[in-house]
Amino acid sequence: MKTPKAAGLTRREIYEAQQRRRSVLVASTSTVLAVVALVVLVPLTPGWDKVKRSFFNADVLVDTFPKLLDAFLINVMIFAWCAPAIAVLGLLIALARDAKSPALFPLRIFGATFTDVFRGVPVILTVYLIGFGIPGLGLPRPWNSPYIWGSLALILTYSAYVAEIFRSGIDSVHHSQRSAALSLGLSERQVMRDVVLPQAVRNVVPAQMNMLIALQKDVSLLSFIGPVEIFRQAGVFKSLTANFTPYVGAAIIFLAVTIPATRYADYLMAKQMKERR
Amino acid sequence: MAKLDLRGVVKRFGDNTVCDGIDLQVDTGDMVCLIGASGAGKSTLLRCINLLEPIEDGAIYLDGEDISVPGLDPQGVRARIGMVFQSYNLFPHMTALENAMLAPRRVLGRSRDDLRPEVEALFTRFGLADRMQNYPDQLSGGQQQRVAIVRALAMRPEVMLFDEITSALDPQLVGEVLDVLLMLKAEGMTMLLATHEMGFARQAADKVCFLKDGKIVEEGPPETLFGSPKHPDTQAFLARALK
Repeated sequence: MKTPKAAGLTRREIYEAQQRRRSVLVASTSTVLAVVALVVLVPLTPGWDKVKRSFFNADVLVDTFPKLLDAFLINVMIFAWCAPAIAVLGLLIALARDAKSPALFPLRIFGATFTDVFRGVPVILTVYLIGFGIPGLGLPRPWNSPYIWGSLALILTYSAYVAEIFRSGIDSVHHSQRSAALSLGLSERQVMRDVVLPQAVRNVVPAQMNMLIALQKDVSLLSFIGPVEIFRQAGVFKSLTANFTPYVGAAIIFLAVTIPATRYADYLMAKQMKERR
Repeated sequence: MAKLDLRGVVKRFGDNTVCDGIDLQVDTGDMVCLIGASGAGKSTLLRCINLLEPIEDGAIYLDGEDISVPGLDPQGVRARIGMVFQSYNLFPHMTALENAMLAPRRVLGRSRDDLRPEVEALFTRFGLADRMQNYPDQLSGGQQQRVAIVRALAMRPEVMLFDEITSALDPQLVGEVLDVLLMLKAEGMTMLLATHEMGFARQAADKVCFLKDGKIVEEGPPETLFGSPKHPDTQAFLARALK
């Protein structure tokens, strides 16, 4: 029996079109209501005028924004040298934790201790301890720079997390891949390098993207031990202008970087889910 | 002297005895088929021969040399014995050609340029000439399994082990893989198969062994084993399998 058709559509298509129209209508109505509520209700609060002046001052924003951007370059710089170091150290720690040969047992212990310690201590505490502690040894310039030791603190902390992600990636490669590679006569080391690692690294790219985004934000923690990066610079402007708008400016700059990066990570994650299905 | 000689091979996983004293000889150029229900120990036996699993007792000889000595470096043995798995296990991040060249490059230290002509010849021989640059997920199951065979052959093994290599294939793809086995047999390759393809075993094997509960219950030439099985277990299994 044929389904009745109208304008060349099946009855299912007509039904789905109706459903679509209805959900668009509902979604736009509720969005408009939410925005109206915000725009109307928030300015009715007693402190709104003060908050508006001290957080959303257009003049202050225009004055400080270019300098904030300059300061952000320092964040980018620190990020740029930390990220590759973290990738390498994280991978080495992950491999050390999976080392099988008895001679490498100390390495395994070291890897386990490393991840336990640096995942267990708040980042800011590591930054303080290393950033103030090591230059306190009285090292000559430039070896007392907070840039070096602050970066090291970030590298150590993030390597611990990145190592665990790499390890989960190594575990995610099916053991039959190992069997196949071993059956061809490859050594354990060759199996790891040529067969397991390439697949493991690919599997964890989205997860590592999220670590990169977190790192980009945590670079600001170095401001506590000296470097005048964007957060510190915003603080300076806050004192100068007696206004909080520079912090909002800094937040805008962070979001301009992290939102596209987060979207891209989500896209990679969704793509991977689709490929696995 | 048998090419491959198993003497009283015992393999246990914990309390579970999977291979329970298996004696088996595979002569040079012969095709020997292991049949039996799932869980009878066929796959485990093949994995033991390739030293992917250590054995608890007994010995395995390859050309008269004991390859089951504890502590022996398994790499040299595995390089001489090719193995193909039920689930293909191609490396998904490499093209078919790279899959086949990896082991000869790494284990035998040969260069890509040196290998390429002979590996390409293997692909051509098994009807895969236009598939060399494809990644595994771009190939059908039958093609993937043939690539897996080429990958094992690229090491120029002396013996090939096949672990139910057609069990994961759609029925219409089984033939193209079995044809490859017939070609290898014609070339004189020594082969040991675990298989559920009774028709193929009957037609192509030189010897068939029926396994049950980790033991070889009955063995003999296919005409005898399929035509007039003596052991009641064999009769029961074949009655079900050939129905």
